[in-house]
Amino acid sequence: MNIKDIKKEFPIFDNKVHNNDLVYLDSANSSQKPKVVVDRIYDFYTKEFSNVGRSVHYLAVAATNLYENTRVLVQKYINAKDPNEIVFTKGATEAINLVANTFGQKYLKEGDEILITELEHHSNYVPWHYLRKSKGVKINFADVDENGDISIESIEKKITPKTKILAITHLSNVTGAILPIKEIIQLAHSKNIPVLVDGCQGAPHLKLDMQDLDCDFYAISCHKMYGPTGLGVLYAKKKWLEELPPYQGGGGMIGEVKKEGITFGDLPNKYEAGTMATAQVIAFGESINFINKLGIKKIEEHERELTKYGEEILRKNNSVKLIGNPKNKGSVLSFTLDGVHPHDIATILDEDGVAIRAGHHCCQILHEKLGLPATARASLGVYNTKDDLDQLNNSINKCIKIFNS
Amino acid sequence: MDLKDLYQEIILEHGKNPKNLGKFENFNKDAKGHNPLCGDKVHIYLKVDENKKISDIKFEGQGCAITMASASIMTELMKEKDEKDVNELIDDFLKMIKDNPELKSKLISDDDKTKLMSLSGVKKYPMRVKCATLPWHTLISAMTNKPGEVNTEKED
Repeated sequence: MNIKDIKKEFPIFDNKVHNNDLVYLDSANSSQKPKVVVDRIYDFYTKEFSNVGRSVHYLAVAATNLYENTRVLVQKYINAKDPNEIVFTKGATEAINLVANTFGQKYLKEGDEILITELEHHSNYVPWHYLRKSKGVKINFADVDENGDISIESIEKKITPKTKILAITHLSNVTGAILPIKEIIQLAHSKNIPVLVDGCQGAPHLKLDMQDLDCDFYAISCHKMYGPTGLGVLYAKKKWLEELPPYQGGGGMIGEVKKEGITFGDLPNKYEAGTMATAQVIAFGESINFINKLGIKKIEEHERELTKYGEEILRKNNSVKLIGNPKNKGSVLSFTLDGVHPHDIATILDEDGVAIRAGHHCCQILHEKLGLPATARASLGVYNTKDDLDQLNNSINKCIKIFNS
Repeated sequence: MDLKDLYQEIILEHGKNPKNLGKFENFNKDAKGHNPLCGDKVHIYLKVDENKKISDIKFEGQGCAITMASASIMTELMKEKDEKDVNELIDDFLKMIKDNPELKSKLISDDDKTKLMSLSGVKKYPMRVKCATLPWHTLISAMTNKPGEVNTEKED
């Protein structure tokens, strides 16, 4: 497999959009799926389906093994110490809710503080927000700078003796800032503050090593990693999964159930109540195999080169204003056009088959800080090419022409 | 669908140079509308006289071409209309955007019908329907003195 012609592995690109080739620039929202992943779902349902972890018949045992195999693939992909540190959830959102809920329940009390940043996606703010009411905690925001970046100093400034947890993004879905997350974790740990990393944008694009990062929690969105929707991963250090209470109750997560009381199951079952997204988990194994075959380092390199190219051509375009100029930038190109609202840009680009996102990208706090009601965003994936970015630029020029003629 | 259907000259013209943009001193009714998904905002000011007739109407706002054009065309149309006619026009427009293929009200001239129908292109873009209807819902709110802001995510 070669990155240069990887598009042919993705069946979606066989389709036309408004009679044009699809130029998909919305991978930060959700990535397209390679054929191997789609086929895996079909094969599982047609040849191998059974529920996992319950029955002892042939299909149940095979399905359980396949399901657990993905857990090991994820563990290796992110270099976690133990497969039991991998919990499947219905999404990264649920992963963060799980931590906010259980950590909040056990460790937080009135007056305690949670530190997040102005860069956070709503899914790394709103789950913590509930603790304001239920526990009377305060949420502090580390300042984003004019480049759309978060510095270690801006985190340090907002840490107080009452800070009980830090929840922070790895890679901003708007400015593309890749945060110095390892140093930030070291800083927090030096003050005994555990750290949750929102890895939705990090996991699909960056080499991960949980043991090296030493974070306490890392949330992953599988559908942004060329995998199925309805699935997320929570990585958590074993000691936290042992100490924290279960999140949801139901079948599969219990030990012994009696009228007088209940004991909970071993890890990671304690956090996987009910029938899980079995087909998605098994197919997600193929997403990781797909990424591994190409090599995450190669993917990083390819995307970095494309991002640089995209920035170059958009900078040359005088009507385009790029949003965010962080030190270390992921494959996100957010921009505005003079006199054209981002939603109009998106609709006009769509006519050419160019799929971008417009709006606040679930980051209203950041957009308020930037003084912009909305931005347009082109975000890249492994399948993108320089031609895609040229088409983006051409369609932007068409848009400018429509509005200025 | 051809892009021209949605971004017709009328929409672009009104979107770029909206009519009745601004605020006036002696308004006696007003309401704000917000579409948090797009960030579109409108604030409509009305002067309604003793015969329940809109003697003046202006709006402030920021938003996409569809929202701005919709507000611009709407304010042009509503001037000098009484409450009953205003309600009929709002109802007719919202029904056209939702289901009806045409505008039915006899209060609208052919010329104005053409202008309003230019907004019908949003029907094929469900995400953009709220852009076109925001000013109209905000006008209802202003006419009925409804407290609070119209929010596209809290309707229905």
